[in-house]
Amino acid sequence: MRRFSLPTLVAGALNAHRSWPRQWRDPEPKAYYDTVIVGGGAHGLGTAYYLAKEYGLTNVAVLEKGWIGGGNSGRNTTIIRSNYLYDESASLYEHALKLWERLSDELNYNIMYSARGVLMLAHTVHDVQSLKRHVYANRLNGIDNEWLTPAEARAFCPPLDISAGARYPVMGAALQRRGGTARHDAVVWGYARSADAMGVDIIQNCEVLGFTRGSGGAVSGLETTRGTIRTRRVGVVAAGHTSVVMARAGLRMPLESFPLQALVSEPVKPVFPCVVMSNAVHAYISQSDKGELVIGAGTDQYVSYSQQGGLHITTHTLEAICELFPQFRRMKTMRSWAGIVDVTPDRSPIIGKTPVPGLYVNCGWGTGGFKATPGSAQVFAHTLATGEPHPVNAPFTLDRFRTGRLIDEAAAAAVAH
Amino acid sequence: MAPTTVAQPYRFAKGGRIDRTRPVHFLFNGRTIAGFAGDSVASALLANGVHLVGRSFKYHRPRGILSHGVDEPNALLDVSRGPGRRDPNNRATMVEATDGLVTRSQNHWPSLKRDIWAVNDLLAPIIVAGFYYKTFKWPRTFWHRLYEPAIRAAAGLGLAPTEDDPDRYVHRHAHCDVLVIGSGPAGLAAALAASGSGKRVIVADEQAELGGTLLHDASSTIDGESAEAWLAGALAMLRAQRNVTLLPRTTAFGYYNHNHIAMVERLVDHPAPGSTALPRERLWQVRAKQVVLATGAHERPLAFADNDRPGIMMAESIRVFLNRYAVAPGRRIVFATSGASAYQAAADAKAAGLDVTMVDTRPEAGCGVQSARLRALGIEVLTGHTVLGSVGRMKVRGLIVAPRDATDRIGSRRTIACDAVGLSGGWTPAVHLFSQSRGKPVYRDDIDAFVPGTSVQAERSAGAAKGTYDLAAALAEGWRAGAEAAGLDGTRSFAVSPPTRTGFTPARKLPTDVDASRVRAFIDFQNDVAAKDVELAVREGFESVEHVKRYTTTGMATDQGKTSNMAALGLVSDALGRPVPQVGTTTFRPPYTPVSFGAIVGQARDALFDPIRTTPLHDWAVAQGAVFEPVGLWRRARFFPKRGEDMHAAVARECRAVRSAVGIFDASTLGKIEVVGPDAAEFMNRIYTNAWAKLEPGRCRYGLMLKEDGFIFDDGVVARLARDRFHVTTTTGGAARVLAHMEDYLQTEWSNLQVYLTSVTEQWSVIAVQGPRARAVIAPLVSGMDLSQEAFPHMAVRIGKICGVPTRLFRVAFTGELGYEVNVSADHARAVWEAVYESGRTFGITPYGTEAMHVLRAERGFIVVGQDTDGTVTPEDAGLAAMIAKTKPDFVGKRSLMRPDMVAADRKQLVGLATQVPQLVLDEGAQIVADPRAPIPMKMLGHVTSSYWSTACGHSIALALVSGGCARLGQTLYATTPTGFAAVRVVEPVFFDRHGERVNGDFAHA
Amino acid sequence: MLLVNCPYCGARPEIEFRCGGEAHIARPVQPSALDDEAWAEHLYFRTNPKGTHAERWLHVHGCGRWFNALRDTVSDAFTASYTMGEQRPDAGKEGE
Repeated sequence: MRRFSLPTLVAGALNAHRSWPRQWRDPEPKAYYDTVIVGGGAHGLGTAYYLAKEYGLTNVAVLEKGWIGGGNSGRNTTIIRSNYLYDESASLYEHALKLWERLSDELNYNIMYSARGVLMLAHTVHDVQSLKRHVYANRLNGIDNEWLTPAEARAFCPPLDISAGARYPVMGAALQRRGGTARHDAVVWGYARSADAMGVDIIQNCEVLGFTRGSGGAVSGLETTRGTIRTRRVGVVAAGHTSVVMARAGLRMPLESFPLQALVSEPVKPVFPCVVMSNAVHAYISQSDKGELVIGAGTDQYVSYSQQGGLHITTHTLEAICELFPQFRRMKTMRSWAGIVDVTPDRSPIIGKTPVPGLYVNCGWGTGGFKATPGSAQVFAHTLATGEPHPVNAPFTLDRFRTGRLIDEAAAAAVAH
Repeated sequence: MAPTTVAQPYRFAKGGRIDRTRPVHFLFNGRTIAGFAGDSVASALLANGVHLVGRSFKYHRPRGILSHGVDEPNALLDVSRGPGRRDPNNRATMVEATDGLVTRSQNHWPSLKRDIWAVNDLLAPIIVAGFYYKTFKWPRTFWHRLYEPAIRAAAGLGLAPTEDDPDRYVHRHAHCDVLVIGSGPAGLAAALAASGSGKRVIVADEQAELGGTLLHDASSTIDGESAEAWLAGALAMLRAQRNVTLLPRTTAFGYYNHNHIAMVERLVDHPAPGSTALPRERLWQVRAKQVVLATGAHERPLAFADNDRPGIMMAESIRVFLNRYAVAPGRRIVFATSGASAYQAAADAKAAGLDVTMVDTRPEAGCGVQSARLRALGIEVLTGHTVLGSVGRMKVRGLIVAPRDATDRIGSRRTIACDAVGLSGGWTPAVHLFSQSRGKPVYRDDIDAFVPGTSVQAERSAGAAKGTYDLAAALAEGWRAGAEAAGLDGTRSFAVSPPTRTGFTPARKLPTDVDASRVRAFIDFQNDVAAKDVELAVREGFESVEHVKRYTTTGMATDQGKTSNMAALGLVSDALGRPVPQVGTTTFRPPYTPVSFGAIVGQARDALFDPIRTTPLHDWAVAQGAVFEPVGLWRRARFFPKRGEDMHAAVARECRAVRSAVGIFDASTLGKIEVVGPDAAEFMNRIYTNAWAKLEPGRCRYGLMLKEDGFIFDDGVVARLARDRFHVTTTTGGAARVLAHMEDYLQTEWSNLQVYLTSVTEQWSVIAVQGPRARAVIAPLVSGMDLSQEAFPHMAVRIGKICGVPTRLFRVAFTGELGYEVNVSADHARAVWEAVYESGRTFGITPYGTEAMHVLRAERGFIVVGQDTDGTVTPEDAGLAAMIAKTKPDFVGKRSLMRPDMVAADRKQLVGLATQVPQLVLDEGAQIVADPRAPIPMKMLGHVTSSYWSTACGHSIALALVSGGCARLGQTLYATTPTGFAAVRVVEPVFFDRHGERVNGDFAHA
Repeated sequence: MLLVNCPYCGARPEIEFRCGGEAHIARPVQPSALDDEAWAEHLYFRTNPKGTHAERWLHVHGCGRWFNALRDTVSDAFTASYTMGEQRPDAGKEGE
């Protein structure tokens, strides 16, 4: 792997950048792999990376039915935070955040992790109760999160309207300073490049059509659009398409897939210094390094694989944005898109074994998977390599839906009374 | 700005569609620019010889006006129309020139001509595509602290608005039979054909005038008329029909599911300021039975070194400026083309008296008769040439060309002096809306472009949008599309003379005589992506066109690649040696062109963002000076401060009044549902955890409702009015979802039950009268009801009259005191409230708000669903195990309560907390631990759900959910505070009137 | 925004409706007879197909009635709406 650095970049300029090698190979699939990852998003590529780097497993393939990073990895609003309420979630997302902090170095790829702070607004007495509960829980879990008065919130995010006359006045905010954003595509490419350099085969345009099973029903291989691949261990990391892939192994999942929309404005000079989220009015916003305001909307209400949502969903979001930031009314939306998010009943992920021996799954990230990427990938690699969950993902079993031990962050946020 | 007579040196004395009787003046970078009504800002700037209008995104290269329409990547201006009416990134080609506009160029410092950021252009060899992924990684924290702020400051284009927008925006929803998008030849023909059917037709076009290419077609005749005359006739015919709606200045930007089309109409951005009563923009949402997409095509530039200098523009755009705006973009114009369409522009320029040279990349044999015809006009035509570069800095001064042979051997250079260049690298049909409709475009080799493939929704494309560039063919295709969309058969042919000049050979990147890998031949002008950037991306393994886009940012600018997408695709195709269709195409997403947030939001701002619900007693509370809080959509009175009181003092006073005398509270926001029918009791049995069969009419019972997952969903008092009639109350926020939940089970699972559900939340207002003197207050007002303890005990309901109007009178006590909830029709609520208040004066009746209500109920240990429960709490957790009827075989949620985790010993259970320091009021949300000295991460046992100062107790009180809490009574635990921890003792969750004796109020001492 | 065909009212815009997820998941007559696994299956596991989906809709801002519909989850095109209790129109064909 040719190292990326300012000197190599300058050297590249001297020969008109003619000698940069491919960042990852385009190999033909081999007949056998020790482990096959289904899904070439950031979670899947990251899993392959940690399998190779931390567990020495390099006879690994990542199968991607389209182009790597073409699913939710390249369609999210790139928000990173770990200020979750429950110990289980906090531990998972904080594990990820610690990895984010050194990921550019580790991958020798600038993934542009930017700790610009995530500000979560409280608009009602109930929001105040809920966010303070988060702040206190995070503190005891060693996760930074602090309570700000409206004036302090405005000082941190000057565009914020904190006037008392607003439809939903700001009553305070929780701030995680280490939260922020990263460049989503770079995460995909950085993991791909490093995994490839250690011998992982990244195979694009390769769709899984079926599973072959051996003794005891264990996985023995995969039928793909690029031929049969033998393997005894498969990790499915297919996000919105998890149900489809798992159905090919005869499994039903506690998942539904919904379109999730996002949009960006035209680029403007720096005007928005942090990430702001408001659960009460359903909006989140940040500004990309290119200058676009990046705005996340909600899901449509029906199951769909169409990567297209309704205008009324983004309308609702823009209403909320303009309510919080009235000065942005004359900004223009430049591009919108949708990803397909797989949502579990408790909106927490499933990371672990399935009833089929040799078949593992990492899914159900819903609307919030990007921030977990390195943590999710690392613990899933651990699970695949050892056959047992990492302590961090141990609670996130498929079995919790039987026992009732759900990890329901959204229910904990409850609703207005 | 005083309108002065400013010469417009590049304006022709005659011709064009501008109105010379209506001069307009606006400012550009402080300079007065004169134009005429009908001008765009771009055409007026060109009329004044202004080409330099901006700096590019990355390298800050000087840029001019490239096109004449929505595809413009360069000429993006900051436009101000008065205070608060400033916004960035407006395409000068689409902004109509009007008096008083203040326009400025963007992305430079200190000035457009001297921009120090242009140093980036010198760094260009280093800051190639994706350079930032390869560097700025060290030291770790420097990205966020140093590099990123620097990059962000350099990036971005204009300045975001800083003031609240004074303009209004409106929405309109419409249905039609045929929606025609685009009013060029194909669109007009479609509209003419469809309108004859009498069906509802809407024609929308993004331009200020309808007509599309006919607006600048000075050479064609259609059915014997000039294009201009034919256009006027067609528009007159359409205007005369009542079933046709013509919408100029209306951009269809989104094609959504099931023929739902979103369009934005610009209303007051064009006429003079002053007509501010009008909204600025109108968002149309059209549900069309059929759609005709006649959206035209965008011209592509040619890729060669320094192809981006001001003065270099599209060939067709030069024709538009000449014919439509009567402006000469230059006096000596060189056209460079790989197709025939530019020949018409060259002929028009010559006819306008300009000096014209034509450079064609195709060999003489590939140019057909066109080159000879042009030469016959006296124009030099250089076929078989390549373009090697341009000269000039702030403005093009010459084009460097050379002959090339079949093996791309380059002959000797020649610089053609010029002051404008027209490029034509072929055309890209605008398939954006087709792609948004989920259609898959298919590649046509002959025109090197994607055209609409099989329709997925009820739409059809026609004309240039479909790759049909010949005028006669476009008209015929449009007619047929319109007729078919209207359900008519019928074709029609149009006689057009002279025939449209077509013919084209794709040229991806013009051959050069220098090291091609160092040549910056721009394809995406706005994002500064050159052909070599695309090649670098492919070299590094980015082979999917989506990867190339993301790595190089080509096609990601405000024009979303209208001029560049095909060029990028072609370059990837060449680099990989794969045909274009195998490289793929971009899936277009809304919006087609940028749309203001304001238009999308419409009137949904301020109070209309979300409706505010108020009760019939709201105005009374306002008059009393109440402080309100939002609860869902409701505004509820939180407390009623007297002069000088803060919330704490007001709430303490209100609580004292209720405990010692009587208080009055507006409980109208409670959800109310009437459950009626022969099977009503059976239905209630299945929906609630408790049993209802034995509840006698006239009695009330507290009801608890679970979701199927076993967690508490809602609660409230239910009154049985008759054997077949229940009056159900819900929480304020739960009303709608409880009704939906009930309807769901009733309609889909138990449709055999004869039960009817009616929401009566708005019908019944509820006046809670609580306190030992409550009975004395209402006694004089009621009739037809015996209020005695025996006749009307606690948890009873009676129907009678109060103040002469019907009431359902509940005897219930959420405060723990003797209390009544007076249900009266909303119309009478204010009168009854005032009567009760008047009656209570002698007892010191005190209005109280939600805050006091919360304190009073917490003192008694009554939970609030959604505060003391959070969607993960079972009845047992909340200390409500007694609410589960053991005798019922089933109810919603029962089975889930048997799951292993639902009976675990460590579940969090509702307890009370007494702080060691009696004055300390804990934060709601505070976490509870056993040992505050334990290391981080610290084991948390639960959290505080409710916490108040209790005047009645003389100390603070708190409710909490604590792991295994019931077994911890008496234990000392610790709750977090903003600065540390506070010791608390676990107690029963009842703080006052432990045995609930006060509900009998003055009966007790009567 | 979808155009949803209510069997009682006709075609109406989606904002009048609430989608209730997968259809034809009948509540067990005797939930207590189910083991934890079967109960979890009933509560949480869904087909989530890429293709034809039978789903429940409530015309909440219209007639207030629940009904079922078939929709392709790739194209989002509806192929049928039918009242509660009616058999799935493509019965026997699903899963193809």
